Amino acid sequence: MSTTTANTTPAAAEPVATPKVEGPWRRFISEFAESKLALLGLIVFVIIALVAIFAPWIAPQNPYDLAQLDIMDGRMEPGTVGGAGFTYWLGTDDQGRDMLSGIMYGLRISLLVGVGSAVIACAVGASLGMLAAYAGGRTDTVIMRLVDLQLSFPSILAALMILAFLGKGVMNVVLALVIVEWAYYARTVRGTALVERRREYIEAAQCLALPTRRIIFRHLLPNCMPPLIVVATMQIARAIALEATLSFLGLGVPITEPSLGLLISNGYEYMLSGKYWISFYPGIALLVTIVSINLMGDQLRDVLNPRLKK
Amino acid sequence: MSVYLLRRLLQSVLVMLAMSVIVFVGVFAIGDPVEILISPDADQMERERAIKALGLDLPLWQQYLSFLGNALRGDLGRSFVFNEPALQLILQRMPATLELALGATFLALIIGLPLGLYAGLKPKSPVSSAIMAGSILGFSLPTFWVGLMLIMVFAVQLGWLPSTGRGPTVEVLGLHWSFLTWDGLRHLAMPALNLALFKISLVIRLTRAGVRETMLMDYVKFARAKGLSPARVTYVHVFKNIMIPVVTVVGLELGSTIAFSVVTESVFAWPGMGKLIIDSINVLDRPVIVAYLMMIVLMFITINLLVDLAYSALDPRVRLENK
Amino acid sequence: MKIGIKAAVLAAVSALATGALSPAQSQNLTMAVGAQITSLDPHYHALSPNFAVATMIFDTLVQFDADAQMEPGLAESWKPVAPTVWEFKLRPNVRFHNGNPFTAEDVAFTIDRVPAVPNSPSSYAIYTRAIERVEVVDPVTVRFHTRSPYPVLPNDLSQVAMLDRETHDKASTDDFNSGKVAIGTGPFRYVDFRSGERLRLERNEEYWGQKPHWKAVDYRVVVNDSARTAGVLAGDVDFIDQVPTSDLSTLKRDQRVKIAEKDGLRIIFLALDHLHPEGSPQITGHDGKPLNKNPLLDLRVRKALSMAIDRQAIATRVMEGAAMPAGQFLPEGAFGHVPGLEAPKADPEGAKKLLAEAGYPDGFRITLSGPNDRYMNDGRIVQAIGQMWTRLGVRTTVDAQPWTTFVSRAGRQELSAFLVGWGSSSGEASNPLRSLVAGYNRDKGFGTSNRGRYSNPELDAKLEAALAELDDPKREALLQEATRIAMEDVAIIPIHIQKNLWAMRPNLRHESRADELTRAQDVRPAEAAR
Repeated sequence: MSTTTANTTPAAAEPVATPKVEGPWRRFISEFAESKLALLGLIVFVIIALVAIFAPWIAPQNPYDLAQLDIMDGRMEPGTVGGAGFTYWLGTDDQGRDMLSGIMYGLRISLLVGVGSAVIACAVGASLGMLAAYAGGRTDTVIMRLVDLQLSFPSILAALMILAFLGKGVMNVVLALVIVEWAYYARTVRGTALVERRREYIEAAQCLALPTRRIIFRHLLPNCMPPLIVVATMQIARAIALEATLSFLGLGVPITEPSLGLLISNGYEYMLSGKYWISFYPGIALLVTIVSINLMGDQLRDVLNPRLKK
Repeated sequence: MSVYLLRRLLQSVLVMLAMSVIVFVGVFAIGDPVEILISPDADQMERERAIKALGLDLPLWQQYLSFLGNALRGDLGRSFVFNEPALQLILQRMPATLELALGATFLALIIGLPLGLYAGLKPKSPVSSAIMAGSILGFSLPTFWVGLMLIMVFAVQLGWLPSTGRGPTVEVLGLHWSFLTWDGLRHLAMPALNLALFKISLVIRLTRAGVRETMLMDYVKFARAKGLSPARVTYVHVFKNIMIPVVTVVGLELGSTIAFSVVTESVFAWPGMGKLIIDSINVLDRPVIVAYLMMIVLMFITINLLVDLAYSALDPRVRLENK
Repeated sequence: MKIGIKAAVLAAVSALATGALSPAQSQNLTMAVGAQITSLDPHYHALSPNFAVATMIFDTLVQFDADAQMEPGLAESWKPVAPTVWEFKLRPNVRFHNGNPFTAEDVAFTIDRVPAVPNSPSSYAIYTRAIERVEVVDPVTVRFHTRSPYPVLPNDLSQVAMLDRETHDKASTDDFNSGKVAIGTGPFRYVDFRSGERLRLERNEEYWGQKPHWKAVDYRVVVNDSARTAGVLAGDVDFIDQVPTSDLSTLKRDQRVKIAEKDGLRIIFLALDHLHPEGSPQITGHDGKPLNKNPLLDLRVRKALSMAIDRQAIATRVMEGAAMPAGQFLPEGAFGHVPGLEAPKADPEGAKKLLAEAGYPDGFRITLSGPNDRYMNDGRIVQAIGQMWTRLGVRTTVDAQPWTTFVSRAGRQELSAFLVGWGSSSGEASNPLRSLVAGYNRDKGFGTSNRGRYSNPELDAKLEAALAELDDPKREALLQEATRIAMEDVAIIPIHIQKNLWAMRPNLRHESRADELTRAQDVRPAEAAR
């Protein structure tokens, strides 16, 4: 949902302090670490990311290889030893897919979708936002009208239509999320850039007759980064949740390569019959992932929002 | 002011036109509605007749133009499936969705505001940490999953609330509402809470952030220094100030709540517009899909405009002319 | 206005009844069905959920009993009196809900109206097209003249609801939906309808047949499977249809509900690409390069693919027992069922051997498609078959899509192998033969759903002979021969025949139907005698 819009709006509109001279990184880290929760979020997220990256080497089974699945092992309870000789610690789903492996691979897809769409949307959105702020005039109007149009339309519906149109697939989901999300970045960057643009150091750069591209990327962009990082963090969490919802509604990733959302949605049908593990464990994995990202994002916003500093 | 309004209106018309083209082409590309509407027993002749009857034998641009012509006269076409005017179908379902969205907004405000205020005023207290942690959870829980959990616990296990549907409705002003009866309220409770969960977190965070920022403002410091009671400072000076972002967001969110009720309505079989659109996408009922999206766009434009106006009323510093 | 008041009273009554009284005592029944009712006009949209509703408010000349055998409805008897003439004797003294008598004139009117309903997305005219003209002999006798000998006319007429000439002349579809002319001869009368939501009915006290037990019926549409199951578990509804198999084992153990199941008429099968001799669009070698011929045109390959499937495993593991492995279109007892034509046994070794004989010792790559929102567990079945084929050496990519996307592609012959289902609405074998395996032919109306484009002149000849044969035993023999040809040639790969599932409160009894229809008159209190 469009939470982050609202959350970041105040931050985006605010002027951002130029980094202090003495060790901005160190200060940033120590301020971030002030919140134990955020630190916990960071640690958990790093673990999750490592699991996702190394899933093919540490998962007991390749859950996407049909030859390794057997429906005779379907819906086994956690801790059962299956036909292939290893223990299903978190049980199996209806196709005989080891849930532990499924979750590891599912995390891969969820993170790929989340991070991938955020990075691309950020690149697209930030470029356009910067352009709008710097160029102003008609370019600004056109881009911002596009942003308004995009933001005025509910993301879930837009993604739904785009996916119905494109068909299922991980890359299609990423594309749909990029189309849905770029506007948040554009608006954030434009807001910040408009303020930064009038500052002395930009004027100084302009007086030196530096090329526009250089001013934008070397001077303006770095100073727009703090709010952008906050938006990106939140958008990753949001994209992961949106992908899960889309998969639940029957669009999203293909059924043979389930993401966390699809695993939950498959298991959802077995909830009432007591086979909780099919839906429960992926649900926990999804929840932990999103919470860890949101914990980080929360603290990041506090740290990077200068108005809260005394 | 009026020039501004006029420009906004013109832009809206363009947006709606673009929307209709995209949807028209999109639905055409997804698949063939005849394949899903027609009886499997139908032979080739019947198939051809049905294609003609639905006007799908014409080239796409011709279909679009005739749609546009009718739309200008207020006719958004008839549903392929129900053979009823698409607009009428949607309007029939609208009260149900509005009721759900307003119920959720109401819950979000009465739960979110006090919690957010507390967390903002006492940022260091453990209760505040708990509230904030809870709000992160509220953001992170997928709606559909929470919905099923609610059904599992409150309907199936405890049997306190009905699992699905809308329950009895009362006719007021020609529309059916369910919040006017006890049984109707019981049906409304779970879906509204499900939809509200996310917004509660949102309101908590907005309120807290607003309070924390406002407390540092000079005029608040001044008011305190002047010796005004903390209660007066909080409820008059701080509260009024933080209402601006809350009103904006709640207003903007009403639209996305209506859009997002797609998920809640599917889970709870709530007979609203969201369920209609999902059903219509599944059967490629193009007239309904197009009409629905046009309505949503229209609604968002209206909401945005109203929020802008409310904004200027609450905060005189914001001038519409500045836009 | 009158209807509004009645609805309000009914709503109050049913509100009181929930929880307080069990349905058996209250005479009220709340049902939740999984499929959308799109119209109350019985001739507007030929779709089985609409037809289920039509048979509550209206009647047909010929009815299907629970086992899909024909029985008298508004007609007491029927027989062919000449090769192209069928004579129907109507039930006397039947009245519509508004008191008008039902006569032969009304039959003639109905047959005229069926093809004339405007904007119909799927017309019932396919069931009346064989009729050239209707001859009204006397008020209780009517003769149907057909263009050519047409043995399945009674089957077809079992789908056509009878209307009243006086009431329904010029009646529009909207008039039915608003309840203005939702007037039939059936066991229930219309009370209130909100499309996509619910239909309210009350008992027709004047009904000519066995009167239903329920004074008031609330027939709700609840598309979400879990929501339906939760509803019956929580006691909000008394009766649900389309029980998801994932809930079956729990519901069977739960004291609060009772399950009814019935062998259905819907077969789930794989269709194969028979059209492209120079290589099928979704088949490649293991190196990813297309093959220069279509392996599916080799009978041994088709047999191997069929033998590799463990139908029993699918029936027990994927379908949780709600399916019978199938070797032909129809279950035992249906007209045209071939005795002894069993479901192929799973034989992976034999399949490997056959594949090697055909020149594919290492198999090939194929994409197996199917819908994921149309039939019971469709996506799961496709994946399970993908597992079995992959173990055979035929590396299978599974592609499950929403029906609308899937069927458009299948209809353009873009797929190599795909899962579909077929419910034989007429309950006899000419229906699936004609639609699924007869060569595609627009003029004859053959092969409409033959999306793999299988074609076999020998089979077509037998089928055509059967369709013109009025003598039942002779016709059945011809249909059996045609079925045998199709199955031995593996025109399609049958997987299983579905069982239809319903769940209800334990104090109810359901006369479950093979044709999947969910109707209030089939539900009664468990203790009451029929």
